[in-house]
Amino acid sequence: MSIKEKQIHEPLFHIAKRDALPFWLSWLIRILSVVAALIACAAVTVVLTGENPINVYATMIDGAIGTERRIWSLFQNIAMLLCVSLAVTPAFKMKFWNIGAEGQVLVGGLATAACMILFGDKLSPVILYPLMIVTSILAGAIWGFIPAFFKAKWNTNETLFTLMMNYIAIQIVSFFTYKWSVPKGSGQIGVINASTQAGWLPNIGGSPYLINILIVAVLTIGMYIYLKYNKHGYEISVVGESENTARYVGINVKKVIMRTMLLSGAICGIAGLLLVSGTDHTITRNTAAGRGFTAIMVSWLAKFNPIYMVLTSFLIVFLQKGAIEISTIYGLNDSFSEIITGIIIFFIIGSEFFVNYTVKFRESKKGANK
Amino acid sequence: MGTQAAIELKNITKTFGSVVANKDVCLTVNRGEILSILGENGSGKTTLMNMISGIYFPDHGQIFIDGNEVVIRSPKDAFNYKIGMIHQHFKLVDVFSAAENIILGLDGEDKFNVKQSAEKIKKISEQYGFEIDPNKKIYEMSVSEKQTVEIIKVLYRGADILILDEPTAVLTPQEAQKLFSVLRRMRDDGKAIIIITHKLHEVLSLSDKVAVLRKGEYIGTVTTKDTDESQLTEMMVGKKVDLNISRSKPESTADRLEVKNISCINREGVKLLDDVTFTARSGEILGIAGIAGSGQRELLESIAGLQKLNEGNILYHDPKTGKIDNLRDKTPMQIRDLGVRLSFVPEDRLGMGLVGNMDIIDNMMLRSYRKGKSIFLQRKQPKDLAKKIIEDLEVVTPDANTPVRRLSGGNVQKVLVGREIAASPTVLMAAYPVRGLDINSSYLIYNLLNEQKENGVAVIFVGEDLDVLLELCDRIVVISSGKISGAVDARTATKEEIGLLMTKNCGGETNEH
Repeated sequence: MSIKEKQIHEPLFHIAKRDALPFWLSWLIRILSVVAALIACAAVTVVLTGENPINVYATMIDGAIGTERRIWSLFQNIAMLLCVSLAVTPAFKMKFWNIGAEGQVLVGGLATAACMILFGDKLSPVILYPLMIVTSILAGAIWGFIPAFFKAKWNTNETLFTLMMNYIAIQIVSFFTYKWSVPKGSGQIGVINASTQAGWLPNIGGSPYLINILIVAVLTIGMYIYLKYNKHGYEISVVGESENTARYVGINVKKVIMRTMLLSGAICGIAGLLLVSGTDHTITRNTAAGRGFTAIMVSWLAKFNPIYMVLTSFLIVFLQKGAIEISTIYGLNDSFSEIITGIIIFFIIGSEFFVNYTVKFRESKKGANK
Repeated sequence: MGTQAAIELKNITKTFGSVVANKDVCLTVNRGEILSILGENGSGKTTLMNMISGIYFPDHGQIFIDGNEVVIRSPKDAFNYKIGMIHQHFKLVDVFSAAENIILGLDGEDKFNVKQSAEKIKKISEQYGFEIDPNKKIYEMSVSEKQTVEIIKVLYRGADILILDEPTAVLTPQEAQKLFSVLRRMRDDGKAIIIITHKLHEVLSLSDKVAVLRKGEYIGTVTTKDTDESQLTEMMVGKKVDLNISRSKPESTADRLEVKNISCINREGVKLLDDVTFTARSGEILGIAGIAGSGQRELLESIAGLQKLNEGNILYHDPKTGKIDNLRDKTPMQIRDLGVRLSFVPEDRLGMGLVGNMDIIDNMMLRSYRKGKSIFLQRKQPKDLAKKIIEDLEVVTPDANTPVRRLSGGNVQKVLVGREIAASPTVLMAAYPVRGLDINSSYLIYNLLNEQKENGVAVIFVGEDLDVLLELCDRIVVISSGKISGAVDARTATKEEIGLLMTKNCGGETNEH
């Protein structure tokens, strides 16, 4: 009985599950976590660079919203990230791990670019625009459907499948960027139809970005309604929560998986269209720029609610923009901005722990002893 | 030292959020004594035991072992104090042998020395009268053998305070008797034994003392020989309860559902159902008895269109038209399209019958959301239905928008049964509908089933408590290893008779292969 001799203490603290918190309190915790994250970032900044953190944050805000151009660019980027997030949301809500949004966006963009390059000066805009829209949506939808089909038919692992489809998409884009490169052999397509602007989405209100933002706003509302009030949306929730329940009430799970991934891929296709035709006017291997993965975070952080996703995508894009500015101004490399973003996201995700759990500290044992 | 308590709990309190699982519980168990902890589901029995075995940590209170205060922070600490817990759900590695499972995780000289430990296992088995083959793999074992392995596992580690969480839930009456004789032998050997249960007759036949919990509160400890069933029930429920189920004589029965020679084989080629035939009649409750996992689930799922059959037919007699439809190879949707009003209360309530994260209204919608041409959901009717069920069945919930996983087991079941009955079925299947329910909710469910029967519904009731089956049902078919081993009249059959039928096909023989 060697244990008896040792004085055993009650642990200093233990973790217990919380009740459902009132709405405001859970958001207070989340906001506090952002504040804590900023303090931690300040400390890291001072230690690593010796800069005054206040200045660094000022630079950050300036980088995100310092000029009118930056504000437009901020919102354009939010719109694009939000668009991809909307695309992955139904899939993730169904617990279908679609990490292939990157590839689905790319093939959508490639379809758009192909239309612009091949038919830009041959077809009238009345035909060209619908053609671009249809092909990009189709391309994205097909790219999303393939893994869903295999999942439904042979229960393949969708995570690996969608990931691999990304690489295929990247290689196909590489192939075509060589084939269509201007000048020949440079490996870059450059701005497509720079002189004629054929296939470019129109400027409205004097801004080249406004049309993208409006389209995504409509998509956001549409997705919100689809998930919350539509019968399909309900089926997606049931399949995501429990496949057994879905089978039990007679939902055709395979059909729902394929249908949902068609939709998910189609919206990715639209994102590709907006990126190529609305903003970049070109395509590279990097057109999706990691949004396919960042979107997953946006979607989960917002708990699959499209309206909250506006907030989470704003937060992430704001941080990215600000962090890039810090890196440029202070002559730090890109990695530093990644560190800052990483710290902040770590805190935000960590806050969910405190929303769900509470930490109880050891109580004084006086009085408990007889 | 002789009178010193082996384990003593003082004012143990544990809360989960605002739920008080245990409040100021005090218990004493002496060596050479069997203590039953009696309480309804949700009264905090398992939570309390989990604190002794180091899985949870109490918010307040003290634990004494042999008179010394101890702090149990982890299962490892509990093991050092020679406390062994046998959980309700076994924690064994399927592909390992009994001996490998028993020595798994041990340090020191026993590590990996399977041969030596086999000797030790034999010795323990002989001492207490277990029958076990140390080299047999877990996946080849019956439930009661697995339980034996769990018990030997803790004895092997030198436990002298044993906690068993609902050990008889999965056993046949005969197996339970065998377990009890082993436990008595351990008691005579000076071990302290705590057994969690809600079966009154077990408490009375086995234990020396009974501690009763109700809604997390400690009600008291009584000596078994000074008490009886009605006193214990009253302590458990807080008021007098009539323990009789009313059973009316079936009227105007007609064949409703004919299950004919159905068989189904799983991927590994094991026959889950083997030539099963029976008929469910309207206005009757047909009981299905059997050891858990004998094919009951597959049987009900086959009827519901969720399980592919290899052979046989399921014929439904339409009460209105007299038409006979074959339900084999039909999906649940096709069955519904045929006009068959089949309701099904599955065993896995939150994993199959309901969606835990959805609120009561959305769960009502599971059955009805397809109605109407609109592409949008119609929430009005489900909302009214949810309100009606909450009112009629006295579901305890803050409101209809509460996710069902937040409700207690009994209320979850009321929601599910309420929804299934609301569809005014002609066939109602219920798998273990009172498992985990408190006495009041259980009787409410029995009454609902009786009501359906009187309305002319063919009720199929899969149960585990033979006393209840015998009191509630009109006929009972017994299933054993996927085969129907007998059919009896519930009004004349005895528990022992059914117990024998439950093990008829496998019985002693399955232990061989």
